[in-house]
Amino acid sequence: MSANNVLLEVKNLKMHFPIEEGVLFKRKVGDIRAVDGISFDIRQGETMGLVGESGCGKSTTARCIAQLYKPTAGEVLFQGEDLCCATGRQLLQGRMNLQMIFQDPYASLNPRMTAGAIISEPLVIYTKRGLMSMSRKDIEKRVEELMEKVGLSRYFINRYPHEFSGGQRQRIGVARALALNPKLILADEPVSALDVSIQAQILNLLKDLQEEFNLTYLFIAHDLAVIEHISTRVAVMYLGVIVEVSDSRTLYKNPLHPYTRALLSAVPIPDPEVESKRQRIILEGDVPSPDKVRTGCYFYDRCPNAMPDKCRDNIPPLRQIENDHHTACFLYFNP
Amino acid sequence: MDTEVILQVKDLQTYFNTDDGIVKAVDGISYQLHRGETLGLVGESGCGKSVSCLSVMKLIPSPPGRIVGGQALLDGQDIFRQSPAEVRRIRGGRISMIFQDPMTCLNPFLRISTQMVETIRLHQGLGAAQAKDKAVDMLRLVGIPNPAKRVDAYPHQFSGGMRQRVMIAMALSCNPEILIADEPTTALDVTIQAQILEIIKKLSRELGTAVILITHDLGVVAGMCDNICVMYAGRIVEKAPVNVLYREPKHPYTQGLIKSVPRLDRPGKQRLHSIEGQPPNLIELPDVCAFHPRCEFAMDVCRRKYPPETALDGRMVRCWLYEENK
Repeated sequence: MSANNVLLEVKNLKMHFPIEEGVLFKRKVGDIRAVDGISFDIRQGETMGLVGESGCGKSTTARCIAQLYKPTAGEVLFQGEDLCCATGRQLLQGRMNLQMIFQDPYASLNPRMTAGAIISEPLVIYTKRGLMSMSRKDIEKRVEELMEKVGLSRYFINRYPHEFSGGQRQRIGVARALALNPKLILADEPVSALDVSIQAQILNLLKDLQEEFNLTYLFIAHDLAVIEHISTRVAVMYLGVIVEVSDSRTLYKNPLHPYTRALLSAVPIPDPEVESKRQRIILEGDVPSPDKVRTGCYFYDRCPNAMPDKCRDNIPPLRQIENDHHTACFLYFNP
Repeated sequence: MDTEVILQVKDLQTYFNTDDGIVKAVDGISYQLHRGETLGLVGESGCGKSVSCLSVMKLIPSPPGRIVGGQALLDGQDIFRQSPAEVRRIRGGRISMIFQDPMTCLNPFLRISTQMVETIRLHQGLGAAQAKDKAVDMLRLVGIPNPAKRVDAYPHQFSGGMRQRVMIAMALSCNPEILIADEPTTALDVTIQAQILEIIKKLSRELGTAVILITHDLGVVAGMCDNICVMYAGRIVEKAPVNVLYREPKHPYTQGLIKSVPRLDRPGKQRLHSIEGQPPNLIELPDVCAFHPRCEFAMDVCRRKYPPETALDGRMVRCWLYEENK
């Protein structure tokens, strides 16, 4: 791994949310360990896919990177600068290059603002704070340009979010994220709420924009097929930890971790002939609650290949198995 | 399939009155369901999949909705002509339904046992103790660990996947002839989805229940169904056996839909096919092909008239491309 083209580096990131009890005198009785020590990097120009089931900490990771949550521990190095220690102006400057697209296009747009106002808001804020200087005319021109870029007619500039369909709203969200010309976009399930035909439109749009503006994406989704389509590298999360990281082709061809294998085999394929021949690994039980301190492998309770002597009392570290293919499983190395 | 037809829906029309005009949510759909068959209803949000099944159960809130025309023949008897008391006996007894979000369908104030026993006693006339035994048996069948104890738990004490299992147990507890599953796995994760689909498949085979599976996920349908109806803007645009439909989709909408899904077994970074434009607004929809603004093969006739049903060896498609006399 060459260090010079790394755009973002996450080191041992932890995000624990306290569980409190009592009404007047609150006391802490435990922690939800949403993200429990993850490390990865994102390189310039790539699309890093982050995949996992609900509650595995994907979105929390993205929010920690954008400093919407203050992480409990760990570092988020964006272009070499630790965002966790950054304050005020420094953070504002960092975020200029780091924007988010959210899952729910209904909840992430203010219903009282017009499309134009939503897209121009980042420009207006950064101008007000003196980090940019754009006149009102410039901003208006920039908004129109952005709208055309994401495939919205410029005549929609004075419309309100409820006048748009789900796919068009997501386009507004994309335009807002692009407004400041960021380097990295954190896309948190940007297509999960959309119908398949619209989903394809947005995926194509994101790919085109990436080429045009040389963007880097952290792309979060629970749909493995979507991740396969868009990502160059993929990280699989389970219960707050990363269990496997690899370039996307290798991961899908040769998944190493038992959880990745089960996940891949559970995805239905839209072809009855393939479907009738497939062997499924069906996992027993549910994802356990993340409120316990774990001393063994996080996947131990559900793993079809669990080895009690190794996996119960040792936490497997993420280790490189082949070239650029990392996994955290004792099937491939000894504790 | 030569087995007996158990449910026949003929020309069903369900409209909703709104302030902006009449929404033709379902506008003339017909299909047959055979005993033991699994039928898939596929389409995007708002295409009328759920409304068509709620109509069959007579569960459309009225007003604003009303069933304007058509028949739903259950063993030859029209459900729409039956008295409310008779319909109540059909619901949950002969046709039962499971929904997308099990939390909104289970009463959070009542124990699972109370809710299951109520259904079983009502439809099967068993005593309280027998009904509870039956409930425990059903929970065991759907794979809930320690069912004798868990039966007295409240819904919030179960996880999402477990709640969906409870819903399936409840729906199948009265040996219905038809199970309508409305997006049963949409709210669940893939590994849990695989578990739930496996249960539905296994139990419907064991109990001989016919299943109508409503979903937007073409992958789910491929592994589960015998026949598929593809819906668009309130009508069925294509109806075919599952193998034929995926191998050779006829309707441009079906073709686009199948091509626009990224596939795990065909890795590649090529551009996804996308259907341009948006699904139409269903208010005062003119009687022309609703797909023509998004269709790459649109012709003059598509803008003038709605295509009739065209039969093509064992399948049905509604598209002017395949119709001789335009």
